[in-house]
Amino acid sequence: MSGALTGTPARRGSGAEQPRRSGWTYRVRVWEALMRTWRPYFWSTLGESIAAPLALLLALGVGLGSLVDRRGTEALGGVSYLQFIAPALLCAAALQAAFSESSYAAFDRFKWRRTAFAMTATPVTPAMVLDGTVMFIATRLLLSGTAYYLILLLFGAAGGPWGLLMVPIATLMGVGVATWVLVLSASLDEDAPGYFNLVLRFGVVPATLFSASYFPLDQLPGYLRPLAWISPLWHANELARDAAIGGLPWWQVGLHLVVLTVIVVVGFAVARQRFRRRLEF
Amino acid sequence: MTTAASTATPSSAVADLIVASDLQKTFPNKKGEPVHAVRGIDLRVPQGEAFGLLGPNGAGKSTTMRMIACVSPRTGGELQILGMDPNLDGIAIRDRLGVVPQEGNLDEELSCRENLIVYGRYFGFSRKYCAAKADELLEFAQLTAKASARVSALSGGMKRRLTIARALVNEPDMVLLDEPTTGLDPQARHVLWDRLFRLKQQGVTLILTTHYMDEAEQLCDRLVVVDGGRIVAEGSPAQLIAQYCTREVVELRFTPGAQRQHEAAATALVERVEVLPDRLLLYTTDGDSTVEAVHQAGIPASSSLVRRSTLEDVFLTLTGRSLVD
Ligand SMILES: Nc1ncnc2c1ncn2[C@@H]1O[C@H](COP(=O)(O)OP(=O)(O)OP(=O)(O)O)[C@@H](O)[C@H]1O
Ligand SMILES: [Mg+2]
Repeated sequence: MSGALTGTPARRGSGAEQPRRSGWTYRVRVWEALMRTWRPYFWSTLGESIAAPLALLLALGVGLGSLVDRRGTEALGGVSYLQFIAPALLCAAALQAAFSESSYAAFDRFKWRRTAFAMTATPVTPAMVLDGTVMFIATRLLLSGTAYYLILLLFGAAGGPWGLLMVPIATLMGVGVATWVLVLSASLDEDAPGYFNLVLRFGVVPATLFSASYFPLDQLPGYLRPLAWISPLWHANELARDAAIGGLPWWQVGLHLVVLTVIVVVGFAVARQRFRRRLEF
Repeated sequence: MTTAASTATPSSAVADLIVASDLQKTFPNKKGEPVHAVRGIDLRVPQGEAFGLLGPNGAGKSTTMRMIACVSPRTGGELQILGMDPNLDGIAIRDRLGVVPQEGNLDEELSCRENLIVYGRYFGFSRKYCAAKADELLEFAQLTAKASARVSALSGGMKRRLTIARALVNEPDMVLLDEPTTGLDPQARHVLWDRLFRLKQQGVTLILTTHYMDEAEQLCDRLVVVDGGRIVAEGSPAQLIAQYCTREVVELRFTPGAQRQHEAAATALVERVEVLPDRLLLYTTDGDSTVEAVHQAGIPASSSLVRRSTLEDVFLTLTGRSLVD
């Protein structure tokens, strides 16, 4: 077909390739495109997900830890300070990464680069854009979580074999937070950077401090503890710590899992509607 | 579908790629009145036609294009694209369309070639197909030398060409071009016209909006003029000129601002006068004798020119506005 008029693309005739059409193909293609845009940053992201834990583990775990451990570790459940904070550090890193991938980076595709609009000019639907985006964020969290886990192993702070579960737990929490930040990214316009800063300052940072990351929750005054209950990071910290060093009754494990799952499911549903509104107006 | 039955095409073939009746789009507005961008338009575009949408800024052209592209749900009326309903079969329709949006959305961080490949992949094509197609389209857009350059390093016109090439990655049945040549240099515009013409010869249907009347005259078999969300005229370029304009136009130039003082005197000479920022347009059947009359009336134009009517004059007559206001 294309032979007759060289230099001019032919119509898709009988000879031309017929594309694969399935909802999943399209979702995977969105994921693939996002992975490709991530590619130039892959090594710097990986470097960061290795350098950050190294610095934190040395300063907090080893440095501060030697002080803490000298006063006895009953309050930490009998493990060293390093072992106590390691799962929380892994989860906090996932929270940070989830936030950055779902805030500026995602907003950019709606507002400045507008590449989300290029996607929906093809068979890809707004819902598929969301699905592919979440798949991408999950992939990124799994990769950097694994890198983090390996560093923890190196420091002997990764717990037993079950400690590997910290990676999917942190990913589940990260994806949950990401869906909600995606809701913001899809809803905001010019004022987005300001809102993202608010979320960072009054959401992400306090969550890292009050989610039993660096000290057990019962060290906080009672009236501050509910702060942890509403923090996805706390639920992830509890689960990750249980995976690495154990100690949580089964029903609490179930409860934390339910909370994290609800955050993901509801966030996903809201984000789906927001993506549609943003891309299909 | 009245004409479909008579032609001996396969039963699945659709004669009219676009059928719109009383198509409407209203945008809700948080504060104040909702915006009626499209107020009920009827369209019928047969396969293989090059169809133009003209109209002043804010007329509703892009809104109409976005509804045809199945990325904007209609708020009223009926719409069929390629024989399907965008509300139900958006995926299948978009699979067969090529879209050049008014606002660019190339990925600035990727190279030209990568942009084409990524876009092709969204349609479900294999890597092999996309790679070969990307090279073919880079050639088509005369961007082969820039294949591995980042889009952010391209000029505006090159980006436009890349966007047009990208729209052809799926070998579409119908290409929607929203102001495709805005920002192109004259040479690039002519190259693009040639490419669009060749696509048309292959039976690809072209829908285009433009503010360049020469472009509309060159490319469109048929066009509509849209104003305020409604169609105000429809026909081939020649038909529209014959219907809405006199044969000739006399252009009188003045120092900007001075033209208004002479509007009344000029109006006495011909049936219709259009006022532009620096000149008067006098619509007449006989240009030379009108120029004569202008001199006799003592209208002090700094220069006068007689020319044939063009689509631009039709546009001014119908919308009462300059294109570049
Ligand atoms: N998302 C939106 N929300 C509210 N109003 C809108 C929206 N998009 C377009 N409009 C309004 O609809 C009208 C038609 O806009 P449209 O973009 O279709 O015009 P156009 O004919 O393409 O103009 P131009 O030649 O400037 O590109 C305008 O009044 C515009 O302000
Ligand atoms: Mg427009």
